[in-house]
Amino acid sequence: MAEKQEILEGAMAVAHAVARCRPEVIAAYPITPQTHISEELSQIVADGELDAEFVKVESEFGAASVILGASATGARAYTATSSQGLLLMSEVLWNIAGMRLPVVLACANRSLSAPLSIWCDHQDAEAIRDCGIIQFYAEDNQEACDQHLIAFKVAEDRRVLLPAMVNLDGFLLTHVFEPTILPDQELSDRYLPPYEAVLKLDVENPATFGAFTEPDKCMEGRWMIHDACMRSIGVIEEMSAEFEKVFGRPSGGLIEEYQSDDAETILIAKGSLCGTIKDVVDDLRDAGHKVGLVRIKTYRPWPTAAVLKALSGAKQIAVIERGASFGAGGIMTPEVKETLYDAGLAIPVHGFCVQLGGREVPPDGIREIVERAESGEKQKVYEYFRLRKEILPELVPGA
Amino acid sequence: MTDKLLSMEKLSIGCVAPPGGSVVNKTGAWRTLIPVFKQEDCIGCRACELVCPEGCVFGNPKEKKFTFDPDYCKGCGMCATECPVDDIDMVREEK
Repeated sequence: MAEKQEILEGAMAVAHAVARCRPEVIAAYPITPQTHISEELSQIVADGELDAEFVKVESEFGAASVILGASATGARAYTATSSQGLLLMSEVLWNIAGMRLPVVLACANRSLSAPLSIWCDHQDAEAIRDCGIIQFYAEDNQEACDQHLIAFKVAEDRRVLLPAMVNLDGFLLTHVFEPTILPDQELSDRYLPPYEAVLKLDVENPATFGAFTEPDKCMEGRWMIHDACMRSIGVIEEMSAEFEKVFGRPSGGLIEEYQSDDAETILIAKGSLCGTIKDVVDDLRDAGHKVGLVRIKTYRPWPTAAVLKALSGAKQIAVIERGASFGAGGIMTPEVKETLYDAGLAIPVHGFCVQLGGREVPPDGIREIVERAESGEKQKVYEYFRLRKEILPELVPGA
Repeated sequence: MTDKLLSMEKLSIGCVAPPGGSVVNKTGAWRTLIPVFKQEDCIGCRACELVCPEGCVFGNPKEKKFTFDPDYCKGCGMCATECPVDDIDMVREEK
């Protein structure tokens, strides 16, 4: 079964990959830069190429609620969104995780308002980091397609039963045309058999999902989400290996270690920026620098053991983020520090917010970060990299 | 399927519960004030029964006698407020 490579727009490719997962219910509301995914899926359903119910909703809150209900009846359910749309879904997403419903969604990563921006960063997905949704990050469109199959496979595994989200950088992936292999339908069916729910809504046997619990049980009910999320680490590894066996592509997995084996300086990042970082790593390697990249492909669950193993030989580390926690530091930087601290490793970690709202990070920016990490300077605070101070107003009006 | 569902003793995956949870969860424990149906001036209008958000006031309009189920009465006092003849008092419950 030879799979054909085609030149496809990211969002279109994702829509066709999702269709090959045979979702039974799709509900989505348009939002840039996600819109092409749901638009193409509605076309696929309208053309009769996919036997699914495409529910047109009034908002992302409605979209998330529809897929919650659909999944509770035992249907395979899907949605896609971005930015403000994801946050409008967030109340429902916490419920979906708590009800242990294996829905899959795509997040075309986009900045949060305000100021209004339609361009890429990771603050939308990171804002719902803690709700119990498995989060994958794609570097390119092939991964974004393939990770959808892996997402359904892992989410629906009875050891997991949690929602899963595939993150693909808005515009940088969604609107970019790349050579992509759409997963073959026959192989997809072999990899991803129909979903069989353990418990489902059934008028003959009525039940309440996510029922009321007193304080004597609620904490354990919440802990079970954490437990399943932690257990999913092994399942992600297993199902990624199975994906590679069936399709021959290493699209899944927890992390990618790029030239990091013997690296003294290790960069950590996720998403499409890793393409640029790899080019810089190659250039620096050619110049004799021992630099490498650890790419986070699975961000939740946080792959502690894999990250620790990959980082333990480094002399210095720089975390390159598309997010920040206003009033504290980074999002991923403290997690890297915690991973090292808990293992008793005092490797200096530098944290850089390189991009919010679509700012480009050219290769010389990555090189500067490597130089800064290698300079021996001790970073005291998480840094908003190349902040344009010259455009700032008087920060305290009238002071 | 019922053995996989949430019960008083055990949780279930997704906290999926069988029907009747509102019978099992005795919300009377939330109460601070408890109604006293004096049964002195009752005119049998059923206002107390109809406004009770828990549906736990019941009685016989012909006999003009109403009372409530203390297992589920949350002590909200709507029956006492709505009673047109002030035949229901709300008093602090002490145990």
